[in-house]
Amino acid sequence: MADPVLDLRGLSKSFGALKATDDVSLSLRAGEIHALIGPNGAGKSTLMALVSGKTRPDAGSVWLQGQDITPLSTPQRARAGLGRSFQVSSLIPDYSALRNVMLAVQARQGHSYRFLRPVMRDAGLREEARSYLERVGLAPRASVEAAVLSHGERRLLEIALALALRPKCFLFDEPMAGLGASGTADLIPFLRALKADAPILLVEHDMDAVFQLADRISVLVTGRIIASGNAAEIRGNAQVRAVYLGEDA
Amino acid sequence: MDNTRKEWLLNALLAGALFAVPLWAWLANEPFIITLATRIAILAIAAVGLNIALGLGGMVSFGHALYLGIGGYVAGIAAHHAFNGTPVLGLPGTNQMLPIWAIAMLLSGTLAGIVGALSLRTSGIFFIMITLAFAQMGFFFTLSWPAYGGEDGLPIFLRNQFPGLNTARPWEFFLLAYGVLMLTLAAFALIRAARFGAALMAIRHNPDRAAAIGISPFGIKLVGFILSGMITGLAGALMADLTRFVSPAMMAWTMSGELIVIIILGGVGRLFGPVAGAAILVGFEVFFGGLTEHWKLWLGLVLLAVVLFARGGLIGLIAGRGQHG
Repeated sequence: MADPVLDLRGLSKSFGALKATDDVSLSLRAGEIHALIGPNGAGKSTLMALVSGKTRPDAGSVWLQGQDITPLSTPQRARAGLGRSFQVSSLIPDYSALRNVMLAVQARQGHSYRFLRPVMRDAGLREEARSYLERVGLAPRASVEAAVLSHGERRLLEIALALALRPKCFLFDEPMAGLGASGTADLIPFLRALKADAPILLVEHDMDAVFQLADRISVLVTGRIIASGNAAEIRGNAQVRAVYLGEDA
Repeated sequence: MDNTRKEWLLNALLAGALFAVPLWAWLANEPFIITLATRIAILAIAAVGLNIALGLGGMVSFGHALYLGIGGYVAGIAAHHAFNGTPVLGLPGTNQMLPIWAIAMLLSGTLAGIVGALSLRTSGIFFIMITLAFAQMGFFFTLSWPAYGGEDGLPIFLRNQFPGLNTARPWEFFLLAYGVLMLTLAAFALIRAARFGAALMAIRHNPDRAAAIGISPFGIKLVGFILSGMITGLAGALMADLTRFVSPAMMAWTMSGELIVIIILGGVGRLFGPVAGAAILVGFEVFFGGLTEHWKLWLGLVLLAVVLFARGGLIGLIAGRGQHG
């Protein structure tokens, strides 16, 4: 089997006496959606921070396409091909949807030290950014300020930003949060199609969505992965039912 | 009328008024008014510089008087040596503004690079305090530098020269300052609209988000801070030539505060915010300063009102929130 696109090897991180991440190994293969689930406080956010580079691990490493990216900073990891979306939509509120995506295209191209040419007259930049908005269905709202967009539209804009990075893998932090039933139903086929572009590491609370989408599921409890497998295996796992799904029901 | 159009009209009005009033004063032979307008233009240039750091980048530098002072001392020291016919660091002095401006921008940019590299790892109150500390170091350094006047300051006996102009004439010197202001504003507008400005503003709004799409905040902010220091340094050289005097007071923390006040009064991050703010400040100084020596109390009240009720400053009050497209 080919090397995994994203490979977490033995990641550990403690805050004082609290082991937020405890020897987590996890891989993301080409063409798959790997979902990470776990109850509140299981350490999902810490793990996301370790992968994105916001937090440094005490031990272990992060590999992207066979390259050790553990020493890289967050911006360097983004440029190396890690496309992250945020749990709390955090865009540039004053900018239109289009300008937000243009910024991501500009960042991917790595040409931020340009002082003379106005970005709004940069047709190449605009058109490319618009194509990502079209893909997530936000093109009609391109000129609306991000702050004015609805919650669901902002979630879609988050995804458009990740698309604009043309990443080697996506890191989606609860993309369904607050979308409502119909929003989630729209997003599921979109993500299913997107995994052909690049595999997706999906942190998600919506269990129905996870079981519909994920090729593999890993369950994180108190910083450790207690089970990993396909939807049927996770559903049938007694330990998972006890600590996690049992609570949910 | 939409806000963008309103802002452009207001900008044109401000640019026109800053030209028309001294033009009238020149025709009516009122050199004092011309000097006031020149002072507004030069303070506005200094504040345009700070507006790059503070307005676009969100870097609240409480030490921009340092760069103003460096520009001032470059002009003063060059003129001093040109007047005495003595060399400085092996080079002859000069009374030509163009090389003076180049050196002033180079030096203030270099120093801004050093200050920025050391202080941009911090943010918030720590950044404010570190930039203040560096400016105070410059202040006390010039204060204890007897070769160039120490606390008495350094006079410039003859205003430095510019090709094709008689800078000793208030009107011609005003035209020069006005021209530099317009060029500086054009540079600010270009930077703001370009990719660099987009990155700088994104970092101000949301550094984590900017990092996650691959923009490294430190480098962008540092370059912004250097550009900011260079423009304020240029204003310092002009300021010294306006008063024909440079002293440590140019580097005092109150001067740094004045530049921040100008930007807040005019409108943070707005193209013509520095022009509006400088006009308000100088206007207050002249009109209320003539009535009472406690005019700063009234300025303080206005500042309070702006911060509480008109966060966008004068430009924001009239033209509404800024548009970014």
